[in-house]
Amino acid sequence: MGKEMKKMSGMVVQYLIIAIIGIFLLYPIIWMFFATFKTNEEIFGSIKLLPSKFSLQYYIEGWKGRGNISYTQFFINTFKLVIPTVFLTVASCALVAYGFARFKFPGKKILFTVLIATLMLPNAVIIIPRYTLYNSFGWINSYLPFYVPALLACYPFFVFMLIQFMRGLPKELDQSAYIDGCGTLRTFVQILLPLMKPALFSAGLFQFLWTYNDYFNSLIFINSVSKYPISLALKLSLDSESVVVWGRMMAMSFVAVLPVMLLFFFAQKYFVEGIATTGIKG
Amino acid sequence: MVNKKAKIRKYKKRDYQAFLYLLPWLVGFAVLQLYPFITSLYYSFTDYKISVAPNFIGLKNYTKLFTQDPEFWNSLKVTLLYTLYTVPGKLLMALAVAVFLNRDIKGINLIRTLYYIPSLFGGSVAIAILWKILFVDNGVINAMLNTVGLPSLQWWGSTKLALRTICMLEIWQFGSSMVMFLAALKNVQKELYEAASIDGAGKIRMFFKITIPHITPIIFFNLIMQTIQAFQNFTSAFVITKGGPLKSTYVLGMKLYTEAFSYFKMGYGSAISWVIFTLIMTVTLILFRSSSAWVYYEDSGDF
Repeated sequence: MGKEMKKMSGMVVQYLIIAIIGIFLLYPIIWMFFATFKTNEEIFGSIKLLPSKFSLQYYIEGWKGRGNISYTQFFINTFKLVIPTVFLTVASCALVAYGFARFKFPGKKILFTVLIATLMLPNAVIIIPRYTLYNSFGWINSYLPFYVPALLACYPFFVFMLIQFMRGLPKELDQSAYIDGCGTLRTFVQILLPLMKPALFSAGLFQFLWTYNDYFNSLIFINSVSKYPISLALKLSLDSESVVVWGRMMAMSFVAVLPVMLLFFFAQKYFVEGIATTGIKG
Repeated sequence: MVNKKAKIRKYKKRDYQAFLYLLPWLVGFAVLQLYPFITSLYYSFTDYKISVAPNFIGLKNYTKLFTQDPEFWNSLKVTLLYTLYTVPGKLLMALAVAVFLNRDIKGINLIRTLYYIPSLFGGSVAIAILWKILFVDNGVINAMLNTVGLPSLQWWGSTKLALRTICMLEIWQFGSSMVMFLAALKNVQKELYEAASIDGAGKIRMFFKITIPHITPIIFFNLIMQTIQAFQNFTSAFVITKGGPLKSTYVLGMKLYTEAFSYFKMGYGSAISWVIFTLIMTVTLILFRSSSAWVYYEDSGDF
């Protein structure tokens, strides 16, 4: 066997392994999509991937939601919860990161250590007092428990990520801006922020993803169905039917993951690069 | 005298503006992190319920938890097992695939993107529901096993398997760690390998002596973050198995939720949250302590 042949067969094996891992990873999602067209009889006890017919019936039925609240409302709720949270997070974390990355101030070392320590502060240990705190402010069953931590930069992961990114920008930029008479705020807004776009975008995407997927906090802070985000709505549908029509359940689950997938395909560069750069210096 | 002068000059006037930028975080840290942290410790020594003001009861919550609550030791065991399966499972998977992909492969960007997809759904209810139905008794996974001549398994019905099936969901989402490992692998200088191969080192030796040491910071970072996550897991167990069968997936996160937010026993719940915190701290400290022996940094990381 020639060297070329050996190389070729090596390549084939390599792509075969890649394909097998790929199928293992993606099959569940593909199966989910086709299951949205299947009756319970088709779903159970069969390995067939394709449905017998394609009909949007389950999407239409499922979308009606529960009582008089449809998935239109659940989606509106979700975006009402998620989008302000994302923007507030990015804005506040960028400001704080600027404070850490570009200034030498007394107590910096301690404060930075505190920031890193909070990176490891588990949500489980602060959730009960946060609940009672929000409860005493009358914020339960509103989206304020999501907005306020975002406004107050309580996401050390993003602060840290943006600090790391800003450290990579040359300090001479700031110096020359100062010489030109810019104040710190103008230097930040006009010089640094435009250069930070990729990092800000990554932070925003991850915050979108995490807030969108988050179930625990919504479960605790939101208690009326009319304010439910999708995650709670799905769980409600799952629990409230005595005989679950799985095709319908899958249709709504698929609808629920669709925004995340679309966002990922349009912005995958930021996802993959964002995750790659944050870990590097940690 | 000279020293003192130098010290005064250390900060420029402008530098004090930093506090203006830090203000949101300083407030957030104090009110939404530090205060709840201390308060939950205080609550854990009280009989606080949402409608009744807290009374100090000393260590009663903890003694009850450790000696009288039949669920607690089980939940602790389940949580430890869950962490022990998912964290190494996910990281080994991510590392293996990253190492495999770390060569000149056409279409690597597409592959990386596709492999990443499951990681988009961390904690997603929709995907938890999907997992539930995939592994149900007469579901597609069992149908597949049957076609290749294997018997069906009670993925959710068996007290032994249910937890592992949930862990599989977590391990399936190894893509984000893989992307981090891939980036780290790319940063290892090619010259090191060239030099080693001139010295006659084999591939396996190079892997353990060059590759692994260079990516230890990322392994370390992942290990810590994943462990913290794993100890608090809630959604998959709550949505898929509701903690069953026979509490075999009743993780501490669920126990915390049930006590604090179903029964509104905030004091007791706080004690559980401090057990979770102590567990996390212990493991993190062990990891940090051991890190000087195995984590390799190229710079000291000052700025």
